[in-house]
Amino acid sequence: MDNSDISADSLISVRNLSFSRGNRKIFDNISLDIARGKITAIMGPSGTGKTTLLKLIGGQLFPEQGSIVVDGLDVHQLRRKELFNLRKRIGMLFQSGALLTDINVYDNVAFPLREHTHLTESMIRTLVLMKLQAVGLRGARNLMPNELSGGMARRVALARAIALDPMMILYDEPFTGQDPISMGSIVHLIKSLNTTLGLTSIIVSHDVAETSAIADYIYVISDGKIAGQGTPKEIAASESAWVQQFMNGNPDGPVHFHYSATDYIEDLLVSSHPPARIAGKQETFKTDESLKAKGLKKTPSRKRGRSRYRRED
Amino acid sequence: MLHFLQQLGSSTRTSFAKLGRATFFLGHTLTGVVDVAIRPRLLLNQLHSVGVLTFLIITISGLFVGMVLGLQGYNILSDFGSEEALGIMVAASLVRELGPVVTALLFAGRAGSALTAEIGLMKATEQLSGMEMMAVDPVNRIVSPRFFAGFLSMPLLAALFSMVGILGGHMVGVGLLGVDDGSYWSQMQVNLDFYDDIVNGVIKSMVFGFAVTWIALFEGYDAVPTAEGVSRATTRTVVNSAFAILGLDFILTAMMFGDI
Amino acid sequence: MQHTRTQDTLVGLFVAAGIVALFFLSLQVSNIRSFMPADTYVITARFSNSGGLKVKSPVSVAGVRIGRVSNIYIDKETYESVIEMSIESKYDTLPEDTSATIYTAGLLGEQYINLDPGGSFDYLKNGGRIEITQSAIVLEEIIGRFLFQKAEE
Repeated sequence: MDNSDISADSLISVRNLSFSRGNRKIFDNISLDIARGKITAIMGPSGTGKTTLLKLIGGQLFPEQGSIVVDGLDVHQLRRKELFNLRKRIGMLFQSGALLTDINVYDNVAFPLREHTHLTESMIRTLVLMKLQAVGLRGARNLMPNELSGGMARRVALARAIALDPMMILYDEPFTGQDPISMGSIVHLIKSLNTTLGLTSIIVSHDVAETSAIADYIYVISDGKIAGQGTPKEIAASESAWVQQFMNGNPDGPVHFHYSATDYIEDLLVSSHPPARIAGKQETFKTDESLKAKGLKKTPSRKRGRSRYRRED
Repeated sequence: MLHFLQQLGSSTRTSFAKLGRATFFLGHTLTGVVDVAIRPRLLLNQLHSVGVLTFLIITISGLFVGMVLGLQGYNILSDFGSEEALGIMVAASLVRELGPVVTALLFAGRAGSALTAEIGLMKATEQLSGMEMMAVDPVNRIVSPRFFAGFLSMPLLAALFSMVGILGGHMVGVGLLGVDDGSYWSQMQVNLDFYDDIVNGVIKSMVFGFAVTWIALFEGYDAVPTAEGVSRATTRTVVNSAFAILGLDFILTAMMFGDI
Repeated sequence: MQHTRTQDTLVGLFVAAGIVALFFLSLQVSNIRSFMPADTYVITARFSNSGGLKVKSPVSVAGVRIGRVSNIYIDKETYESVIEMSIESKYDTLPEDTSATIYTAGLLGEQYINLDPGGSFDYLKNGGRIEITQSAIVLEEIIGRFLFQKAEE
């Protein structure tokens, strides 16, 4: 990625961003641009810090190095009040919806309006109903958040995110844990809101198919670096083995199926002295030991390893 | 040995770090007085959930504590032939000590743990983050009203506790055991001082209210945002509140009633 | 809206109950009248022995409490104990020749000052002094005197 000046059509420019949690580097000197009026997807495996990126853009976290410029404003140089003013122009859809659980759907959507505008209740009512109509939940206005399904909660949260007519919306894993129908409706909503309201959308996701279907541009992040970028077609045709593995969901490839460990056979043979590194797994070793003591044959290890992996997953 | 020192060092460091975070948090919470002044409804809602819902447990406990004091006091005092001092005994124990302390302990168990769980869950479900992204300060908007509600509720609850307790002591002492009604009240009135006893009791309960709500809200806000983290935070609220209440009670008592 | 109205009522009830309790404690349980510094005036009296008298001990006339002891100290020259009393302003007709006695309420009760009004038409003012006093009865002295008398007989 070049460090060229902020291009005119980019709403967000991330430059040389580094961020770590503890000793783990989540972003290592990455730079990227988000085009105005487009849907940009940030993709990558779980734990690559995609949500962290959204929080950095929203100014909730501070980078160690680098800058994020949103609509000409350097997010981390702003004073608190300016940051809050910027946030009013950003809608964010959290993975869980993040609806306030003690008030109903209507009040949730009305919340940002009541907080930040001086509109009369009747105008707020009109706006709330319009936003709820846009997500198809006008009839659910009197329900409490705990009465909503996951998909409905996300749609209500979307209505709330667009309540203040923001310039962009950040979507945090909008497709995770949805049944096909609500997934379809959310895909449709993101696309249609983007075109009808002229929004800029950033989708953080690891759902390849849905995201590729609506994104205009995709960044694939891995190990704190940008592993690939381009339009969905370019990404699908990427030469990078890693990107191919991610997009196609192959179980083995550059990312190994097994978490890095010592040699398997060796590990089993020295099981009476479990290495300190995996002391937490002692119970498993005990079983192995007792089996050995009884002179029993080990269960076909590959299968066991696999099934355990699946269970934990 | 080295290991022990290392552990001691790291736990000291983390507890000081926590204390620092808690202090900043308190400062941030106190700035929310503006929000509360602009939107009194926020405070009102919290007075409901913090005060009204603790009302019942406080009055019932107060009644029983007062009745027990009446019985026990009568048994001891009648040995010395001074049953008429029952009023002052019940009232002084309640107003000076049991009222503020027991109320604060019950408050920590009933309202404090609920506050921690509520804030912790709001954090776990990203409601606090979400609010921040909607350009609403979650500490001022969510935490501050709860803090002020707790701080204001405690003296009222403690006063209620003492009043109900004194009436409970009257029920047992005068109603059942035949202590003279007039001396029950007059002994109290002669010996309890408005400033020394009542006002100090109220000050105590305000300090406890401050400490308990602070601890409860901070533990919730600082909780690890998982089910386990919130449950641990709730436990910590009750335990730390109890320690804080009893420790502060000693300090305050020494300052108010002792000659230290 | 119905919900909020009930809630408001409950909060109102709670706050009212709390305030009632505070008033109850102030008025019924303690004696709030002692907490009115503006409404008192101070008179002094000297005793050769003030016994177990303490600050805040009651001062009464004919068994009715009219004030409290506000300060006790020693006169460095005469070695008498000087008692300052705050008397409620509404009892401003204590004659100048009023006498003060330290009594004990009951055998083991606390000590208090009893004022015995005289016949003068001039009244004690703020800073006034009671001349006629009778010291506290010290139990040990009485017992000692009693034993001495018995021995003499």
